[in-house]
Amino acid sequence: MQTDTTELRLRGLMLASLDGDAAAYRTLLAELGRHLRPYFTRRLTPAFASHAEDLVQDTLLAIHTRRMTYDRARPFTAWLHAVAHHKFVDHVRRQSIRLTVPLEDDAPIFAPDDQADAIARRDLGVVLDTIPERTSDLIRRTRIDGASVAEAAAAHGMTETAAKVSIHRGLKALAARFAGGPK
Amino acid sequence: MTDDLIARLSADLKPVRPTAMQRLLLAATVVSTIVAIAAMLMWLGMRPDMPDAVWTMSFWTKFGYTLIISALGGVATVILARPEGRTAWPWRAAVGLLAILLVVAVVQLARAEPDEMMPLVVGKTSLVCPWRIVVLGLPILLGTILALRRMAPSSPTLAGFAAGIMAGGAGAWVYSFACDENGMMFLALFYTFGIVMVGAIGAVLGRFLLRW
Repeated sequence: MQTDTTELRLRGLMLASLDGDAAAYRTLLAELGRHLRPYFTRRLTPAFASHAEDLVQDTLLAIHTRRMTYDRARPFTAWLHAVAHHKFVDHVRRQSIRLTVPLEDDAPIFAPDDQADAIARRDLGVVLDTIPERTSDLIRRTRIDGASVAEAAAAHGMTETAAKVSIHRGLKALAARFAGGPK
Repeated sequence: MTDDLIARLSADLKPVRPTAMQRLLLAATVVSTIVAIAAMLMWLGMRPDMPDAVWTMSFWTKFGYTLIISALGGVATVILARPEGRTAWPWRAAVGLLAILLVVAVVQLARAEPDEMMPLVVGKTSLVCPWRIVVLGLPILLGTILALRRMAPSSPTLAGFAAGIMAGGAGAWVYSFACDENGMMFLALFYTFGIVMVGAIGAVLGRFLLRW
C-alpha cells in the first residue's frame, strides 16, 4: 500500500524533526509542500486556484508553530490532514469562497501525488508506444480517457467488435510483455 | 517563495519534547491556580472552622467533586487541543458525577430534619457563591487559554469550553477552602452553576482567541 509506506516514511521524518534534525525537517516540509499543492488546488474553483500557494505556506507555517500538538503515538498523516483541512476551511470562510467539493469530503492528501502521476503517465506512454499505433490509441481512448468502445471505434472508422478485439489483443500483448515475465 | 519559507522554518527548528504540550498546559494551570489561591486568601480568607472541617464528609465531597470535574475538563482540553482530537467521554463522566452527587444530596436531605433542609439547599451564600467561583476561575481560564493559543484545536469554541470547565473546577476547588457551606445540594446546584459559567466564558473566549 502506497499510503502505508508514505505514512511510515513521513512519520519517521517527523519524529526526527521533533528531535531537532533540520535536514529531515527540510525534506519533510518539501515533500509535504508537493502533496499539499494539488490537495488545495483540487478543492478550490479555478478562479481561486492561485490561493493554493498561500494555503500551502499557511499550512507549512502551522505545522511548524503547532508541531507540539502532534502525538508521536498516532498516525502522522491523520494529524497533517486535520491541520490542512482546518487551514482550508478557515481560508474558505475568510474569503467566502464557493467550494468545489463539500467540506465533509475527507479525501486523503496522499492519494494523488503530482510527481507519481507524472511518472505513471510517462511510463504508460512508453509502454503504449510498443504496440501498433491504432491499437494503442484505442486503449488510450477507452481505458484512460474514458471514452466508450463505440466512440473509439467510430474515431477510427471500425466496427465496435473489431475495436473490442483490437483492444483485447493489445492489452494481452502488453500483459505478456510487462507482467513480470522476461521480455 | 515556499522554498524560502521551508529554508527559514528548518533553520528555526528546535527540538520538541514528546510531552511538551501537556507540560505547557499543566504549567499554565498550576501557575494560574496559585494566583487564584493567593486571590482567595487575600479576598475571602480560609473558612474559620477549617480545623474541624477537614474531619467532615462535606468538605471532602466539595474537594473531590471540584477536583475531578477540573481534571475531566483538563483531559478534554488536552484531547481537543490537537487538530484531530475529538472526545465525548469526559463530558459523559462529568454528567455522571453530577448525577451521583445529586443522589447523595437527596439522601442527605431525606435524612435531615425539616428545618435543616433549606440551609442545606441554599445555604447562606448561594447568591455570591457562583460569582466567587467565576472570579477565582477567571485567572485560571486566562492562563490556560494563553497556553492553548500555541496549540491547534479544530474547534476553538469547544476547546475554550473544555478549558473553562477545567478552570471553573479548579476555581471552585480553591473556593471550597473558603466556603463553609455543608449542603450537598448546595454543591450540586451553585458550585456546578459557577463552573458551567466559567465554561461558557471559556467557549466565548475560545471562539475569538483560539482561532489559528
